[in-house]
Amino acid sequence: MKIHEYQAKQLLREFGVAVLEGIACFSVDEAVEAARKLGGSTWVVKAQIHAGGRGKGGGVKVAKSLNEVKQYAGEILGMTLVTHQTDERGQIVRRLFIEQGADIQKEFYIGMLVDRSSQRVCLMASSEGGMNIEEVAARTPDKIYKVFIDPIDGLTDQDADDIIRMIDISQSGASEIRILLQGLYKLFDSTDALLIEVNPLILTTDNHVLALDAKINFDDNALFRHSDIAALRDLDEEDPVEIEASKHDLSYVPLDGNIGCLVNGAGLAMATMDIIKLYGGNPANFLDVGGGATSEKVTEAFKLMLCNTKLRAILVNIFGGIMKCDVIAAGVVAAAREVKLTMPLVVRLEGTNADLGKKILTESGLQILLARNMGDAAQHAVTAAARREQS
Amino acid sequence: MTILINQSTRVMTQGITGKTGQFHTRKCVDYANGKNCFVAGVNPKKPGKNFEHIPIYATVKEAKQATGASVSVIYVPPPFAAAAIDEAVDAELDLVICITEGIPVRDMLRTRYKMQEHKTLLIGPNCPGIITPDEIKIGIMPGYIHKKGNVGVVSRSGTLTYEAVAQLMEQGLGQSTCIGIGGDPINGLKHLDVMRLFNDDNETDAVLMVGEIGGSDEEDCAYWIRNNMTKPVVGFIAGVTAPQGKRMGHAGAIISGGKGTAQEKLAVMEECGIKVTRNPAEMGKLLKSVLR
Repeated sequence: MKIHEYQAKQLLREFGVAVLEGIACFSVDEAVEAARKLGGSTWVVKAQIHAGGRGKGGGVKVAKSLNEVKQYAGEILGMTLVTHQTDERGQIVRRLFIEQGADIQKEFYIGMLVDRSSQRVCLMASSEGGMNIEEVAARTPDKIYKVFIDPIDGLTDQDADDIIRMIDISQSGASEIRILLQGLYKLFDSTDALLIEVNPLILTTDNHVLALDAKINFDDNALFRHSDIAALRDLDEEDPVEIEASKHDLSYVPLDGNIGCLVNGAGLAMATMDIIKLYGGNPANFLDVGGGATSEKVTEAFKLMLCNTKLRAILVNIFGGIMKCDVIAAGVVAAAREVKLTMPLVVRLEGTNADLGKKILTESGLQILLARNMGDAAQHAVTAAARREQS
Repeated sequence: MTILINQSTRVMTQGITGKTGQFHTRKCVDYANGKNCFVAGVNPKKPGKNFEHIPIYATVKEAKQATGASVSVIYVPPPFAAAAIDEAVDAELDLVICITEGIPVRDMLRTRYKMQEHKTLLIGPNCPGIITPDEIKIGIMPGYIHKKGNVGVVSRSGTLTYEAVAQLMEQGLGQSTCIGIGGDPINGLKHLDVMRLFNDDNETDAVLMVGEIGGSDEEDCAYWIRNNMTKPVVGFIAGVTAPQGKRMGHAGAIISGGKGTAQEKLAVMEECGIKVTRNPAEMGKLLKSVLR
């Protein structure tokens, strides 16, 4: 689960990490009022969306007067931000964060994430912070320093000092950055985070360190023990179809092709997408109905796929293990009837009760193409979709 | 020999009284020598009771002492599953197979850290389990699709493994042992660990390796194969069409920061002399082509 910058900064503050004063707003009037309350003569008006790259996309502006705050807030609020981290449709800005200005001496990068190969939390730091960190990582990976954190000892003074030495932050900032890094790790560990990024971390002209931006992702599997964090979820930032899917315990990811795939198991679902592409077609989605699909769940899955107006054919690929093919077949028939399916439908059933399942499909009287195997199924689906596309 | 388990393996089930535990314990008991293999259950609230003639003990340690079981399979719900693994590790079992899906990453980080000082091996979590066909099955895979033979199978997914096995069977090829190592980012045995075991196993003549996007386990394994493997290995990687930054069902199946793509994995595997196919319908055929 992702949260907004202003929410992340509130958490940072709670864990002793220095951030600027700022106020979250939902309207232009609130933004002006927030700036007045914060005082000073410079404010930063920041779009709050879950994707990064907001600055480059025009979603972050520095205002030198209350009039400018009003102007920028008006421009940013409601705009559709397209960044390298959003899809091409972009994300509508519904919330703003008004923050005090800061005098920056130098920008750094700090990231923390779960590293699979070492099975540790990895702290990454670089003296090359700011908007181009992804380029730094790609071009000069040796400028990103890594420390692997012991899960029992946590982030030690030694770890923090190693980082301070490696990113060459001035001595005056050293003690503050140690507190900041340890606070960040404590936050990471106690909230079941999977990723924290502070980019940039800044050294101000008067030698203080501050987190100028913050991004946190949390482990969905651990939200059951963090109701306070679960409450920060912003459904406006998520794809409505994916939200609907998760309500029915379906794992769904929309893609840009025209062949809907309904599969049991994530690996087989990916393989099904791959074989469609290999045979010259394009998958419209990833959809894993899981191990315990019921007839109702299959119907919901069909409805989800059919929300996509680009859809030209559906491929159902089931390898029954625990899940019985006759149950799936009954679900497919019920779904096809309920949604009055007119789309070409190719079904491949293998495994437990496959013959029973095939019988149900054949006897349903519906237009269903029964495939012999996965390759056969993909070929039929690709042909059917292409024919539909032309007509 | 086969790897890790055979008909003499004695197994306890942690979470035997839950719905999933009951269902799959029955299936495992009914498979091949299962009746003799599944000797104990663990539930701290029901010691002294039975589950269909299988005695239940309060702790893993007691179950081990009473029955000699050295392997455990876990169906405990996600919030408690890591603690169940810890208990089995503390009791110095040889092997733990954790089926449970959805364990918090932080729990697994701590569990794996503690395991460093113990001999216990872990398969999973979030995996279908392990089967040595016609001898014993520990996990949730459909037993009847398998047959004893000389092909080893190692995979990160569930149903895609069944698909691979079905394709082998279509070619008339049985399996020595099939292992699903699971789709979580922090797990136990990796492709590489299993590959070593297959290399040393005199009942395995070739290995089918099925991977997916995310992480670098397949690459690590491929480099090891290039320098050490004495048997032919073929592979498939799922997720060539998966977009970056989107989780494909499994917690570990995600391309992040441009790393862990299927193309990258396939390229490294080919570079290391592993025959790969980009067609998931041709895994069985490809394996048959390399058998000597």
